[in-house]
Amino acid sequence: MEKRVVFDGKLLPYALLMPQLLITIVFFYWPAAQAVWQSFFIQDAFGLTMQFVWFENYQVLFANPDYYRSMLTTLVFSCLVTFFSLSIALMFAVQADKQIKAAGAYKTFLMWPYAVAPAIAGVLWLFMFQPSLGLVAQAIRALGIDWNPQLNGGHAMTLVVMAATWKQISYNFLFFLAGLQSIPKSVIEAAAIDGARPARRFWTIIFPLLSPTTFFLLVVNIVYVFFDTFGIIDSVTGGGPAQATTTLVYKVFSDGRLGGDLGGSAAQSVILMILVIGLTAIQFRYIERKVQY
Amino acid sequence: MVERKTIFSFLPHVILLAGIFIVAFPVYVAFVASTWDPATISNGQMPLVPGPHLLENYYQTIFVGTAKSSREPVGMMMLNSLIMALTIAIGKIAISIISAFAIVYFRFPFRMTAFWVIFVTLMLPVEVRIYPTYKIVADLGLLDSYLGLTVPLIASATATLLFRQFFMTVPDELVEASKIDGASAMQFFKDTLLPLSITSIAALFVIQFIYGWNQYLWPLLITTRESMQTIVIGIKKMIVTQDALTEWQIAMATAVLAMLPPVLVVILMQRLFVKGLVETEK
Repeated sequence: MEKRVVFDGKLLPYALLMPQLLITIVFFYWPAAQAVWQSFFIQDAFGLTMQFVWFENYQVLFANPDYYRSMLTTLVFSCLVTFFSLSIALMFAVQADKQIKAAGAYKTFLMWPYAVAPAIAGVLWLFMFQPSLGLVAQAIRALGIDWNPQLNGGHAMTLVVMAATWKQISYNFLFFLAGLQSIPKSVIEAAAIDGARPARRFWTIIFPLLSPTTFFLLVVNIVYVFFDTFGIIDSVTGGGPAQATTTLVYKVFSDGRLGGDLGGSAAQSVILMILVIGLTAIQFRYIERKVQY
Repeated sequence: MVERKTIFSFLPHVILLAGIFIVAFPVYVAFVASTWDPATISNGQMPLVPGPHLLENYYQTIFVGTAKSSREPVGMMMLNSLIMALTIAIGKIAISIISAFAIVYFRFPFRMTAFWVIFVTLMLPVEVRIYPTYKIVADLGLLDSYLGLTVPLIASATATLLFRQFFMTVPDELVEASKIDGASAMQFFKDTLLPLSITSIAALFVIQFIYGWNQYLWPLLITTRESMQTIVIGIKKMIVTQDALTEWQIAMATAVLAMLPPVLVVILMQRLFVKGLVETEK
């Protein structure tokens, strides 16, 4: 779609674009190019000399069991958070959609965790599950479970998954509710008249009609778990214990800062960029065509 | 709706109330903790009702800072967060609206190239190129400055796309009328387009304010001076690994204070927020 009527101007449009292009090039393209460039070099410990090594950084990375471990961690983490946050949000949205009159009020009460910073969400959950003084932790210990996220990797993972899910439910809820409310009620009523029970109506009519929203949310949630949960992991576990909660993004951060391994960190960045570009491409290919709000 | 009302019609309310409980509980616990003294909390005997130390704890948090880890008072951090969130929100909207205006209302060489250059940045979250970006900001001498804190986060393809989409729906007749009246491009922008865009701008402002306020990794890296710290970073530093040293009542008061502005913005501007969210992501 193009405008029929436009303004003349030779320099003005460039002047208008300049601020955004300048910032984009300086703070997006330049560093991205640097990351790619750096990933082909090995730097000595003092940062004095750089040696061009082709793909050695990548080879080292793919030979390192730690990298596969953080890949697996990321995979488990994404699957759990995406599954729980989507299914819980869908359940709430379906219930709220039934209560047409009260839907607005429920929306207000369920949406605000969106505004809570991931790091703060992490701290809230950390406090409840802190082994010696946390309210919930004490209840778990009273049941005879030796709850300790600081020592037990599985417990630490459970904790970050809970915080990340809690934070994301509101976002998914808003999109699911918008999706549900755009489904014509007449379609559902027609099915009801044909004798379809509520559960059957949900799985054969409502759920398929929601699938574009679900797919969109699936991609958005994966991107969320990859990048936005950094604050949760850093504030709750710091990637530990014994790297049990070190995701790919956290590893880029900790290898570059603590390890001083800039080449390796850059190689990891490049792999992540490729992953994000892939995810975004999928998102646009499908979303642009299918999702209607 | 279709089914007859039965005894089960209260079930959705029960489920939703349970949902609200889950969503609110962690925040309630934090609030309660922020009103007790350290001894009550560290005994693990904290009751589920607010205690008597509310004013004292919040006063200490905002104006004095924590005692043991010698942190800056949180009031300063909130000011930093506010400056950061406002600069990011206003900056993003300002540069996106003019670049969308250029792309939609002018024909010039490399127009589509410029559009794609902006568009591709959707795919590059700051987290994946964090060290090279850090290095560039350091080379430009912008570490520990509000500029370094905000400018790299300001370019935003989503806002540009949103404005572009909105401008496309503005009728061509308005441009024609302006041209007949002899208005220049910038006059049209100021007198016609800007007033029409107010709702979109406000909706986007809500989303971007929250985005800016909640930033974590970027301020963590580029601020080293305590006086430049934001509240979201500040709270992390209060939680000391040796648990005995953590002053939970202060940390929880800080958490409550850090949540307050963005949550208020979301609740007060609910309609705009939802509109902004659904449209930006589209």
